[in-house]
Order: sequence, then structure tokens, then C-alpha cells
Amino acid sequence: MTTVALKPATMAQALTRALRDAMAADPTVHVMGEDVGTLGGVFRVTDGLAKEFGEDRCTDTPLAEAGILGTAVGMAMYGLRPVVEMQFDAFAYPAFEQLISHVAKMRNRTRGAMPLPITIRVPYGGGIGGVEHHSDSSEAYYMATPGLQVVTPATVADAYGLLRAAIASDDPVVVLEPKRLYWSKDTWNPEEPQPVEPIGRAVVRRPGRSATLITYGPSVPVCLEAAEAAREEGWDLEVVDLRSLVPFDDETVAASVRRTGRAVVVHESGGFGGPGGEIAARVTERCFHHLEAPVLRVAGFDIPYPPPMLERHHLPGVDRILDAVGRLQWEAEN
Amino acid sequence: MTVMEQRGAYRPSPPPAWQPRTDPAPLLPDPEPHRVLGTDAAAEADPALLRRLHAELVRGRRYNTQATALTKQGRLAVYPSSTGQEACEVAAALALEDRDWLFPSYRDTLAAVARGLDPVQALTLLRGDWHTGYDPREHRVAPLCTPLATQLPHAVGLAHAARLKGDDVVALAMVGDGGTSEGDFHEALNFAAVWQAPVVFLVQNNGFAISVPLAKQTAAPSLAHKAVGYGMPGRLVDGNDAVAVHEVLTAAVRHARAGGGPTLVEAITYRVDAHTNADDATRYRGDAEVETWRGHDPIALLEHELTERGLIDEAGLEAVRQDAEVFAAALRDGMNQDPVLDPMDLFAHVYAEPTPQLREQQAQLRAELDAEHDSHGGAHR
Repeated sequence: MTTVALKPATMAQALTRALRDAMAADPTVHVMGEDVGTLGGVFRVTDGLAKEFGEDRCTDTPLAEAGILGTAVGMAMYGLRPVVEMQFDAFAYPAFEQLISHVAKMRNRTRGAMPLPITIRVPYGGGIGGVEHHSDSSEAYYMATPGLQVVTPATVADAYGLLRAAIASDDPVVVLEPKRLYWSKDTWNPEEPQPVEPIGRAVVRRPGRSATLITYGPSVPVCLEAAEAAREEGWDLEVVDLRSLVPFDDETVAASVRRTGRAVVVHESGGFGGPGGEIAARVTERCFHHLEAPVLRVAGFDIPYPPPMLERHHLPGVDRILDAVGRLQWEAEN
Repeated sequence: MTVMEQRGAYRPSPPPAWQPRTDPAPLLPDPEPHRVLGTDAAAEADPALLRRLHAELVRGRRYNTQATALTKQGRLAVYPSSTGQEACEVAAALALEDRDWLFPSYRDTLAAVARGLDPVQALTLLRGDWHTGYDPREHRVAPLCTPLATQLPHAVGLAHAARLKGDDVVALAMVGDGGTSEGDFHEALNFAAVWQAPVVFLVQNNGFAISVPLAKQTAAPSLAHKAVGYGMPGRLVDGNDAVAVHEVLTAAVRHARAGGGPTLVEAITYRVDAHTNADDATRYRGDAEVETWRGHDPIALLEHELTERGLIDEAGLEAVRQDAEVFAAALRDGMNQDPVLDPMDLFAHVYAEPTPQLREQQAQLRAELDAEHDSHGGAHR
């Protein structure tokens, strides 16, 4: 077996590679969105695709998100596999009617005759100093819509694997790309990309015995950092990276919590009506007799996303996570 | 250096030359809606086409009255009638080739039926079932669309995709006057024009969006005029003149197929019935207005032409009526059969493979049904 030298690559580069490989492998894959052609996207994720595959395969559309997704529906009806880019989380909202009333429902209402293999890429989350409307965590809206799959990568390798899996899926997939991880680097071999894993599998990012941090996307590195810091407190934290919010991997999550007996859900999205409530309920329903403490949530506050000058107070950080871990009723063990 | 500081050196120059990106004149609709019946042009209309349109219109009217009757018998949950608009419905279907696609709104089941769809299948959703009832690919009829104008971008995307693949397929999308106020109408027309997609947009201006008249919907000179802003031709036609609608739509389809891009057609017609069987039209309009439009009935107009020219006699008319009765009887029989519904199917097509969570919920419903079955002594499920 030959050893391949691993080179550092960014998440954005891995996403570009995934698009390029998917387009090369399947002529029905079409990329479309605002500024995705000549410019290569505001985050440069579609860099070079229009040049390599032509503007019919990587298309600068008019500036209208409902139109982008709506026309993608028609293209999928005719056998194409559109990959649309919503430029920013909060700019995807005009497309919600198409998403909810058509993209999510078409397979069902045609009894499987007309599936829509559309991939919707949405840069999301905060932490990049964006002004208002550029930092929303909109995952709860997507999760609440039956018919959509929702994935979000936290590593360079997963960015490639999940996007390839999304494009290959015959169902619509919302790929939430954590903006602040676009430039995160990892040793990753672009010449030999990771095998594409099926959507719906969580992964234990860091094994531990004391408690489980259940998280995803931009909060995964924060949780890993918190787990390192927790060693000083004598806690050995396990970190579960969900990767897929829909379908939800109850099995991996529950197995971890049964081992550790304690759990904290961590995400940037607001807590009220956010993913953490659903996850905490699912964990409690499955692991009640293994739990030493209530499942806690560490989330963004229930406020409109704050301005860049204040966003650090909003985002869950290491301290807020460790505070929550500290409240997991450790005294009961003595 | 600011402009103030460089004042001495700064030489103002005119901006780059400007000119309109396209000549608006050929895009403008004619001042009057296009008419054939009752004009000199009618004499040149193909007798076979006149007879065909007439037979389809009579059958269409019977379809509308039968479907409305079925709502009263509880066999349809709701029916948005297209009575009075049959000329548009039928002409839309007949203007298309087999390989083309039709994108109907919820009021356009007649167009789908005129295109060959089984009427019982076409009415599946309106019956209260959970699915569209037909495979859209079989007759190239997109699923009936309820959220207004949202099917228009689908038509544009499909036509665009067909063109990219090198297929000479045209999409015809139907929308009402109210639907033209929706954002998706605007986005669809804009995308279609920018991409020069082979699409025909047919707006049936039937005067009302449920209760709201056109005057509260738009201040445009006409809905057809909106086309000019997108850079596509707008065409106005008498929507109750089946020959004229067929002529205008056929020309627009031919134009699109030849690579000429999209067209917006506004057909002026009238919704003779209420919005649906659940609506009371007397709350927002008077009988006099309805009677005026009954005087310009699409079937009567065509029948007048046919009899004037001696293209049909009483026996011929009777044969057409008989054909419509046979059609209505078949629809009645089909709708009187209870559909077989399996609640388990509600989980089968949400995804290609049900998620683990959906499997659990499916099992839960299964158990509830079994318990129900047992408590009824196994009499029915």
C-alpha cells in the first residue's frame, strides 16, 4: 500500500473539489446561483467551475433566490441534478416557499414518480464579523420541514464527503456550510478524497468517559477545545459530531450518552425552538435510566444575531460549555 | 486627492453611451385583444379545427358542471370551476405537441384532461387524496399547483433544461390574474427572458382573485404589458374566443420552439362560477356583470360560427352533446368508486428510503390501526 503525502487543505477547497468531481462524474450536475460563475462565489467555493465546465454548467443567475430554487425544481423535473448556492443563510429565506411547498414535497405528492435531486448549499452561522443578515443559524427551519435532508460538515474531509453524498442523493439535501470553518485547514489528500459516506451517520470526534458533548458544524471545534480544557477539571469529555441533522443518528448519540451518563447539546442557533430541544428530548427518551443529570443545552441567546462588535458574547464558547458541564450534578457521585 | 483639490485638472466627460437594450415597440401588446370569431378572419379558420375546439369545449363545460355536482355529493372535497374559461383551458392543451409540458394551476384540471389525462386521476388531489394521482411524465403534465405562480419558475427551469439537452420542448405555464401579483411570477418571467427559455406564460385574466377584482391587483395598462419590462413580447387575446386563443398560443409555442424565447399571453375571460364551491360570489359581484359575460360565452360563440357557416347541423350538435354525456357518466362512475387509501403510504415517499424516525412513526400508526381494527371486532380496518 502506497503512502500518500497529506497536504493541508481548507474546507472551501474541499467543497470546490467535491463540486468539480461531481460535475466531472455526472454531466447532469449543474451549479447555479448568484456570483458562482465568473467570480467563483463570494466564498470562492465555485472557483474555476465555469471556466472548466462552461457557463451552462455553472451559471450566474439573476439575483432572486426563489427564482434560483424554483427553476432548479424544473431542471430536476427534466432529469438534471442542480446544485444551487444560496449566498448567505439569511438570503435563502426568499426561497422558502419553493423549498417547503415544492422541493420538500414533490417526491411525496407524486408517490415517488418525481423525486427532486437538488442540493442546496447554504453558508451559515456567525463568527466572521459579518454585518446583519450574514450570520444566521437557520438549521431549525430546515429540520422542521419533512422531505429535506440536512447535513453540516465540521471537518475538511466531511465537507467533501457530505457534499458528494448530497449531490448523489435522489432526495433534496440542504448542505449547511459553516462560514467560519471555510478557511479551516486540515491534512487532507485532494488526490485521493475520502470515500463518500451515507448521509445520516454521526461520528464520535473525541472519545471520553465523563460526559458527551453533542454538537455539529461550527461548534465542533469549540467543543473539542472545551474537551481539552476540561481535562484540567478532571473531566474526560466525549464529543459527538452529528454531521447529519436529518436523518438524525439516534443510535450513535444514545450509545454515547449511555456510556457517559451525562450530555450537553451545543449549537450556535438560539435555544428556544432550536435543534437542542429536540436532541435533548430524544436523548432523554432513549437514555433516561442511564442519565445522572438532566440533558443541558448550550446555545446562542434567543436574540436576533448580534452585530460583529458584540457577537463573541452570543456564540457558545469554551467557558459557557464548561459551565454547563459543571452543572451536570457531579456531587451525586460522591 | 479629492475632487475639490484637483478641480483645476478635472475635466468632466459624458457617461458611456446609453441605448435601450432592446427595442420595446415589437414587444408591446396590440391595443385590442385579438379576436377571430365574429370577424372577417373567421371565414378562413380551418373547419376541422373549429369542430374539434367545439367538441372539446362542450365536453369541458360538461366536465365543469359534473365536477361541481360531485362536490355537492361529497365526492370531491373542493372544485375550482373553469366554467366560462373553457376556451383557454382547451386551447392551452391543443397548442402543445406531445413532447411539450403543461404546468397547470389548481383551476386548470380541464387543460390537463384535454391533454389526455384521465379525469379521475386529474381530480385526485381535489378529491382529498394525498397525492397528485398521476405520473407527471406520462402526459408531460406537471403536478397541479396550488401555491400561486410557484409553478412558473418550474416551467422555466424545465424548458431551460430541455434546451440545454438539445430537445425542442416547450413548456406552457398557466396562471390567473391574481397570480401575477406574486413574486414568483416576476422571477419566472425574468429568468425566462434572461435565459431565452422556450416558455409560454398564459395568464387567464378572469376578473377576480377569489373576491378581489383586477383593479385592486394591478395598475398596469394590461397584464400583457408587463412582458415589456422583462424584454419579451406581450400578447392580448379574447379568452372566450377559442380560435383566437388557439391561434395566439400556437404562434407563441412556435416562436419558443424556434428559439425566439418566451411570450406572455393575457387572455381576457371571466370566471362565471364562484371561486370554488365553498365561495359565495354574490358578496362581491352583481348578477348583471355575470349576465354580460354569459352573452359572450365561448361555446355559444363557436357554435354560432359553426352553424352560420353550415359546418354543423342539429344532428352534429346532438352528437357532440352525447359525447359529453358519455364522458360525464364515466367521470361520475369513476368518482363514485371509493378510492383505496392505505395510511401506511403516508410514510412511503417522504424520502427515497424512510428515515429511522419515520419507520418508528409508521410502526406507531400501524399499531394504532391494529388496535382500531381489534376494537371494532375486526369488522373493518
